[in-house]
Amino acid sequence: MKMAAPISIHLEFGGGAELLFDGVKTHHVTLPSQSEPWDVKQLLEWIKANLLKERPELFIQGTTVRPGILVLINDADWELMGELDYKLQDQDNIVFISTLHGG
Amino acid sequence: MCDLDEGSNEDSMGRDSVKRISSKCMKCKESPALLIIRVGDAFCRNCFKEYFVHKFRAMLGKNRLVFPGEKVLLAVSGGPSSSSLLFQVQEGLSHKASKKLRFVPGIVHIEEGAACGKTLEERTKIVADLKSIFSTSGFPFVIVYLEEVFSLPSSVLQSIFSLPTEKDDLYKDAVAGFMQSCHTSVKKNLCHETVAQETTLTEDHTHASLLSTHAHANETSISAFRGKFPFSPEQTEAVKKLFASMKTLTAKEEMLQTLRKHLILYTARIKGYSKVMMGDSCTRLAVKLLANICLGRGAFLAMDTGFSDPRHGDITIIRPMREYSAKEIAFYNKLFGVPSVFTAGLNTKAPEKASIQHLTESFIVKLQADFPSTVSTIYRTSEKLNPRYSQTPADDKGTETCLLCSCVLGIELRDEASAFCAISISEELSQSKKPEGGQVSSSTMEECCAENKMETLESSGCSCQSRERRNTTPDFWSLLCYSCKLVVKDMTSLDLLPEYILEEANRRQRRTQIKREIQEYLLTSEDDADTAP
Repeated sequence: MKMAAPISIHLEFGGGAELLFDGVKTHHVTLPSQSEPWDVKQLLEWIKANLLKERPELFIQGTTVRPGILVLINDADWELMGELDYKLQDQDNIVFISTLHGG
Repeated sequence: MCDLDEGSNEDSMGRDSVKRISSKCMKCKESPALLIIRVGDAFCRNCFKEYFVHKFRAMLGKNRLVFPGEKVLLAVSGGPSSSSLLFQVQEGLSHKASKKLRFVPGIVHIEEGAACGKTLEERTKIVADLKSIFSTSGFPFVIVYLEEVFSLPSSVLQSIFSLPTEKDDLYKDAVAGFMQSCHTSVKKNLCHETVAQETTLTEDHTHASLLSTHAHANETSISAFRGKFPFSPEQTEAVKKLFASMKTLTAKEEMLQTLRKHLILYTARIKGYSKVMMGDSCTRLAVKLLANICLGRGAFLAMDTGFSDPRHGDITIIRPMREYSAKEIAFYNKLFGVPSVFTAGLNTKAPEKASIQHLTESFIVKLQADFPSTVSTIYRTSEKLNPRYSQTPADDKGTETCLLCSCVLGIELRDEASAFCAISISEELSQSKKPEGGQVSSSTMEECCAENKMETLESSGCSCQSRERRNTTPDFWSLLCYSCKLVVKDMTSLDLLPEYILEEANRRQRRTQIKREIQEYLLTSEDDADTAP
């Protein structure tokens, strides 16, 4: 079975969401190669396991992001890109913005 | 019916529509879509910008509340919504704009780090970030620290229309005192509208002027500290104590909001602004609407969430961002590089159930995720609300208003079957049992309550025991509305409240007392009605 090559993407957190990541807003990460291409759903799991520093329930609820946190994929609404099913490309730019009061 | 067709194959329809919208913008039908703002409405970058800007202009144009040349104070917290408000005003006043906005804006930021337990370094950094945003706007700006509530004059709590002569005097006194201590800088401020280059100067001067009033009011606070902050470390401690004295986050959030509003009002008055713009978004207002009902502020919803809030008389608060959802604002800020500063607040990283406000927010946001018209439905409800009783002090000169939130008092008493009446009866019953051993029978209580309703609070000569006790003790509680009572009840000690609130409370209590003493010599309109044939 052919393995998909590792991809590197840019992650950005804003509106207070960065507080859950030690206050660091931008992250450049490389996702390891795996048998299927990476989608957003897997990315969220990866973030939860590798990047989230505290209170995961304030960022991820169930399998998706906490309601009130917007997701932009390459500066476009993820609702237009298929949300969790979007297949990540190399050099994609994913932005998470919390619209909740107090972050 | 089309509903039926869609319902039969919902899932695949959903998929199809996503794909369909994703290709083109629904407005220009040419450019690729970038975001969905309402169900099925996808916009491209340019159309979204046009839509956003137009909505702001339309909001102001439709309501015709802001007059040309009027001084308008923008209350900017640094958060996405108020930053977006600032940006819209900036764009609207720039030479590029096709129809220029014609009011004269200024900015106020209330720095409340002390209440959230931030260190001075953190606060300095946030203020520096905000200052750089504010100075690029070119508008005059003031940064007011929450500590400054401890040097506010009590005249802040008086709306100009409710007691015309006296209010004017006190207000004039306050202004006169301010003019005396710093008349040079005030002069500079007054003419800043005409001189554009002065904007950079203005900030220093306005700040200096604030400083001097504080030095005037509180001479002990002058120290080496003063060079950097217009408050003393003791005042920071006082703020911390005040907030530590409240047990619940709900009360803390309400108190912070009240104090913030007083500071904004004060700033607007001393600087001669007649309108204040707040950046409440549609999502925010929907949360506020439901949260306020839970907090017992149902009677004031129309003013708390409406486009304009006239309760303060001389200064009208308007909310021009109330048609934008939080999502639209976040997208606009991101796509067009609107700078904003994130400041952690009281409820940052708090668990869901930490406060009524916080819980309401997560409830609405969660509903919104599954039912995308939740927020707009709640918001439309708020649009239809009208105050049931006259709530502008201008209409009714003798009306008592809440010490903290300036809402008309006694609304609860006008309704015989209100929950408030039930609560107060049970409260009185349980309280009167202790000292009198249950002497007061239920029939006299009913009479008393009935009397309460018919007469105004001060004019009654009710002889029932509970009533008399309430009259003889200087009663702080009678000055507050139901909701503010709950907030203050949450505090361990009233003495921690800022001086100006206590001072004004005393003043009002004295007034009520004097009014009662001279009551029998006065001819009231009720007497006239009684004696008339």
